[in-house]
Amino acid sequence: MSNIDYPIAKDNDSKSIFKFLVSELKPRGKWITPFNVISIPIMLLGLILIVIRFWKGIGSITNLTQDVPWGLWIGFDVVTGVAFAGGAYVLTFMVYILNMNKYHSIVRITVLNGFLAYLFYAGALLLDLGRPWNVINPIIGNNFGTSSVLFLVAWHFLLYMIAQLIEFSPTIAEWLGAKRARRILSGMTVATVIFGITLSTLHQSGLGALYLMAKDKIHPLWYSEFIPIMFFISSIFAGLSMVIFEGSISQKVFSNQINEKHHRSHDDILHGLSKICSVAMFAYFFLKVIVFIHGKHWQFINTPMGYWYLVEMIGFVILPMLLFFSSYRTRNILMIKLASIITMVGIIINRLNVTVIGFRWDADIRYIPSWMELVVTLAVIFTELWIFRWVVNRMPVLRESPSWVNEEK
Amino acid sequence: MGLNRRSFFKILGVAGATLAVGKSFGAPQKKMENDIEFYGMLYDSTMCGGCQSCEIACAEAYGLPKPTDEPKIGVLRKTDENRRVVVNDYKTSKGEVYIRKQCMHCNEPACAAACLTQAMHKTLEGPVIWRGNKCMGCRYCMVSCPFDVPKFEYHSANPKIQKCDMCYDKIKGCGIPICAEICPAEAIIFGKRRDLIKEARRRIVQNPGVYVDEIYGEHEAGGTGFLYLTPTPINELGFNSAIQKSSYPELSKGFLFSVPTIFVLLPPILLGIHEATKKNQLKEGGENE
Ligand code: SF4
Ligand code: SF4
Repeated sequence: MSNIDYPIAKDNDSKSIFKFLVSELKPRGKWITPFNVISIPIMLLGLILIVIRFWKGIGSITNLTQDVPWGLWIGFDVVTGVAFAGGAYVLTFMVYILNMNKYHSIVRITVLNGFLAYLFYAGALLLDLGRPWNVINPIIGNNFGTSSVLFLVAWHFLLYMIAQLIEFSPTIAEWLGAKRARRILSGMTVATVIFGITLSTLHQSGLGALYLMAKDKIHPLWYSEFIPIMFFISSIFAGLSMVIFEGSISQKVFSNQINEKHHRSHDDILHGLSKICSVAMFAYFFLKVIVFIHGKHWQFINTPMGYWYLVEMIGFVILPMLLFFSSYRTRNILMIKLASIITMVGIIINRLNVTVIGFRWDADIRYIPSWMELVVTLAVIFTELWIFRWVVNRMPVLRESPSWVNEEK
Repeated sequence: MGLNRRSFFKILGVAGATLAVGKSFGAPQKKMENDIEFYGMLYDSTMCGGCQSCEIACAEAYGLPKPTDEPKIGVLRKTDENRRVVVNDYKTSKGEVYIRKQCMHCNEPACAAACLTQAMHKTLEGPVIWRGNKCMGCRYCMVSCPFDVPKFEYHSANPKIQKCDMCYDKIKGCGIPICAEICPAEAIIFGKRRDLIKEARRRIVQNPGVYVDEIYGEHEAGGTGFLYLTPTPINELGFNSAIQKSSYPELSKGFLFSVPTIFVLLPPILLGIHEATKKNQLKEGGENE
């Protein structure tokens, strides 16, 4: 399976492209797998709920209140999902800007993952819009709310998705056997990567900056004027933890796609990533401590929210940071994976603390997401995974590029 | 301590503001009251009898259901998607006090700075209005408003944001807001914000002991169009006393100003690093894509 050149690479007339696409659309392999059995009903249920939502209004399936207008869909899908997708800009930075070739074999899968994450999680934003037909206003420019952080973030999402698509496009060209297109597209990579990193820096921090005006609404332990910087730094290790986690799963699930050499180098890659994570986490931790002392937040520690803050800091920042540090020294791969999972849970907790749990923590009616919001969120994630799997099984994402790519050089 | 308040953003922000590109981003409406005279309203809670006339008239004028409950001590009535104004009754150190709540019509409204479609809009006259043909229902205005004013129709497929607009259409036609018109106790007066502050000062000076020496809204959130005279400190009347005295859009200005700076500085730096490291890599003869 690993190194087929599709017949399409030889003859390029349009009829065979069509046939080729149709054949590629068909599912491959077994239908009844545990993943399918779980995901299909949830996706269908999610679809029904989405129809209800557009028919009866957002309140019909969510528990949002007048005090807490942004819930799980923004706090988890968008804010957390985008943090996890941060791996793409960190990795393209390492590979294309720093030219660290060691990580080259995982760039494609990470960019794919990032692109789909943006497509779906930022797409989840549309579900949350009460008047989505007006979404066109800030895009075509008849109403530019340039003083709005959300305006900035929305535009960056859009541009970054395009950038990621271009970054990924050589893979698509290889799949289609489009030699010339591939050459042109891969020539654009460095410029696109630079553009993409700049956009990412700004919108990863921008997601935090969204909450700057909600000064009196977010619990003081989580609000500070440094939210943007903290969101940015934490997106580095959030993204890389996702890369580690996703990589270890892909190694198993898509093992037929990966050749021996990459299998072996994977441990080395994880090892390098864990080092970066530990350093970034240290910087994050340091900043958190400074903000805490600077804000004189001692009086909050001995409250329920204070304990929760300590849980986040000790259990989900210090602990995984130490695990990353020590696994870097002992080269313990299992520990790296464990640390990455704890980090990811910690990121979820942190983002939800800012956006949902600590947001109007003093409201009379606390917002607790409904099961339907959860189902829709899961449905979005599963749909993304389906497409992810479809692409990985067909395009040279994990496996070697077709042989003509190297011949060309 | 090396980290001063906002100093990091400030540095970036100053740099950003000096770049020409900086003009399009950031800089939330700089319409200060010195340039334009905003209209506003002055509400004297010592004169308010809690008769709900304003609530009823407002509901009628905007096609909303009539209020079915009354102000009562111990009951907190809130504005919502069906009412733009509420009157509440509080037991205070100075006895029973009625107080109404609605949009404050901030001089520098957080809601308008937040809105990415300019649907929330500070008009030249002063009222902050919502324009349905622009709004995309993201509810970021609700997240940002420090007074929790904009309300959203969660149970509609064509949801609107509901909030007081100071009867903007009437004002444009030289009328006055319906509540100021209807109030039998004349507790609400409409006028230029500057005149209202003068009037409020006059009342405070002439009736010592009746009012606290403070006009709520004069400085809150950078100054608001709706002004309150109260007999007791405002936190006895269910207001959030944590509201800062400076404008809320200011809080995200630093970030917005730093955007052009980063956009101009970061790409060349990245390109430079790329070029520098490419040489090493060519020596090693690694694969390049
Ligand atoms: S009170 Fe809230 S809704 Fe009214 S103008 Fe100020 S920020 Fe906007
Ligand atoms: S809900 Fe409408 S008015 Fe409010 S910020 Fe979003 S687009 Fe603007």
